[in-house]
Amino acid sequence: MVLSIISKDLDIIGKRKIWFLISAVIIIVGLVSMFTQGMNLGIDFTGGTIIEFAFEEEVSTDDIRVVMEEFDLAGDSIIQSSGDTGILIRTVDLEQEEISQIQNEVYNRYESAEMLRSEMVGPTIGDELTRNALLALAVAIVAIVAYISIRFQFKFAIAAIIALVHDILILLGIISLLGREINSPFIAALLTVMGYSINDTIVIFDRVRENLKYKRKQSFAELNNRAVVDTLPRSINTSATTLACIAAVFVFGGATIQTIMLALLIGILAGTYSSVFIASPALVELDAWQKRRKEMSEASV
Amino acid sequence: MTHQQKKWSKLAAIVVIVIVAAYFLFPIGESINLGLDLQGGTQVVLEADEGDVSRDAMQRLVSVIDRRVNQMGLTEPNIQQEGNRRVIVELPGIEDPEQAIETIGRTAQLQFKNPAGEVVMTGEHLVDARASYGGQFNEPVIQFELDREGRDIFANLTQEYIGQRIGIYLDDEQLTNPTVQDPITGGEGVITGHSSLEEAEETAILLRAGALPVPVSVIENRTVGPVLGEIAINESVRAGIIGLVLVALLMIFLYRTSGLIATFALAIYGVIVLGALAGLNATLTLPGIAGLILSIGMAVDANIIIFERIKEEIGSGKTLRAAINSGFKRAFKTILDSNVTTLITAAILAYFGTGPVRGFAITLSIGILASMLTAIVVTKSVIDLLLDINVLKGQGSFGQIRG
Repeated sequence: MVLSIISKDLDIIGKRKIWFLISAVIIIVGLVSMFTQGMNLGIDFTGGTIIEFAFEEEVSTDDIRVVMEEFDLAGDSIIQSSGDTGILIRTVDLEQEEISQIQNEVYNRYESAEMLRSEMVGPTIGDELTRNALLALAVAIVAIVAYISIRFQFKFAIAAIIALVHDILILLGIISLLGREINSPFIAALLTVMGYSINDTIVIFDRVRENLKYKRKQSFAELNNRAVVDTLPRSINTSATTLACIAAVFVFGGATIQTIMLALLIGILAGTYSSVFIASPALVELDAWQKRRKEMSEASV
Repeated sequence: MTHQQKKWSKLAAIVVIVIVAAYFLFPIGESINLGLDLQGGTQVVLEADEGDVSRDAMQRLVSVIDRRVNQMGLTEPNIQQEGNRRVIVELPGIEDPEQAIETIGRTAQLQFKNPAGEVVMTGEHLVDARASYGGQFNEPVIQFELDREGRDIFANLTQEYIGQRIGIYLDDEQLTNPTVQDPITGGEGVITGHSSLEEAEETAILLRAGALPVPVSVIENRTVGPVLGEIAINESVRAGIIGLVLVALLMIFLYRTSGLIATFALAIYGVIVLGALAGLNATLTLPGIAGLILSIGMAVDANIIIFERIKEEIGSGKTLRAAINSGFKRAFKTILDSNVTTLITAAILAYFGTGPVRGFAITLSIGILASMLTAIVVTKSVIDLLLDINVLKGQGSFGQIRG
């Protein structure tokens, strides 16, 4: 069983340089991808129109390109197959009238055609979406720092935010590497990961806080290691159960929900990793840094 | 209250909450509002063209659009203002989005102009407009009726311009340009110049509902066809059920008897969350499902935190009952702090976010509250009850204990 491999003598904090290195490598690879190929932004961010059709007969992307040529839109359109028998058109932002004309033309040509969806997003929406999400993120971070500083200490808050940023960077990096198209539901997934990351970290910090009270003889690093190891069964079992649930929805939930679920899978893996291997180690580093500064200022007096 | 009484009143409270939630959930197929991404339909976001729109103008804009949509005879439309300049219109299960969007977004400013092209009256005095066949050639017409003030203006107007033409314009497009034969004093008139009765009916709807106080543009327009909506909801429900069964199996495998209790608590959690969604009239969207899954994870987590803590307490040599009591007490603080932090995040997102982000934040908040309630109250009560009737005995009831 999972539990039997956990020994009480595990030294997680002591090996923190290794964990930092692993994370740094993944984050740097992700950042390189984000800066070179960027994120594959969907129309929610860029503006534009998507029309998706399903057919029972054989219809190729070239067939649909001919339709788009009739509307002088072929040059502005990306046409690709989707699912088993579907075709997805992505083009500039259109009026509903034009969307209906394209729909009717496709219906005229192919008897089995069924329009699955059409989405038009104006060009200003994307900037706003990003801006609002960033604003919400910033306010949330300030509130979290405030709450953790009150219930714990300021350095706990900073360590929790480090773990949070770590998870967000890993998620964005991997999604960029995979070239997955992201739309506004992805923002919801990102926020979910944020919530999970903080929640997961606090559970461990709660134990550190408790150990600070009862086990005064140990060093701060030892207290942290004890807390991480003692809560390890919980960390593993919780993420295993949550991941099982998400994996099931990822596999069986169909195309519409898949990108959200993939983002949750990556994010929660990163979140579990960071709460065990990044948050407490970062807290120990912060504590050491704080002590060094204090000593230096005392020495200079 | 004695200890016993406290226990029983807790159990009674749980039963009452579950019954209330179940009441909101009934009948199951209709109780929860599904977002358009799950049930199919059209969502349009309209934005005022002018940069600065007064609050009053926005309110009138929403109510005019509301009247228009209601007169189109659609089922369960939803119209709401978003921000300072936008209106979201949701039309579930609509057949012809093109016509609806055209009708909703038209400014529909009716103007009467004199031969010199000056506006002499507007549509604001209209109290009714109906399409029918009529006029000289039995063509499609709109019969309109004016209010008292409009009646006087119109009477003066038709007096003044007798024998001349008064043009009738809708959004600067001339509908008709009749010659005034006699003064019209009854406050009723007829507008010709429609190509079909349908067109006349559409215009009549616009005139009845009134003009938009500010011109608007469609800045977002999403239509999910009924086929895709049905696929999405079926797949989500199936995936959700498989996910929940997996969670239950894992919990029972990991924590044996108490895993079974947690599964029971999870079932109650499910009823409460769905009941709350139905009771609050919240709308479930795909991002909302993401929020629900996270809160399931947190509900399970709360149980796991409690059980692991109890196991630690047993490991340190306490009796089962003592271990359970102190395990719950210590776990409570952990669960509170971790969930409050997430709740703060969710509340901020609900406040700042729009559309999908808000839907997510609301389902997540409901989920967190319900998960705290079930883990702390339901799991505890059931464990206490089972301890009393001696079903929970031996340390194995919480799974393997580490030394």
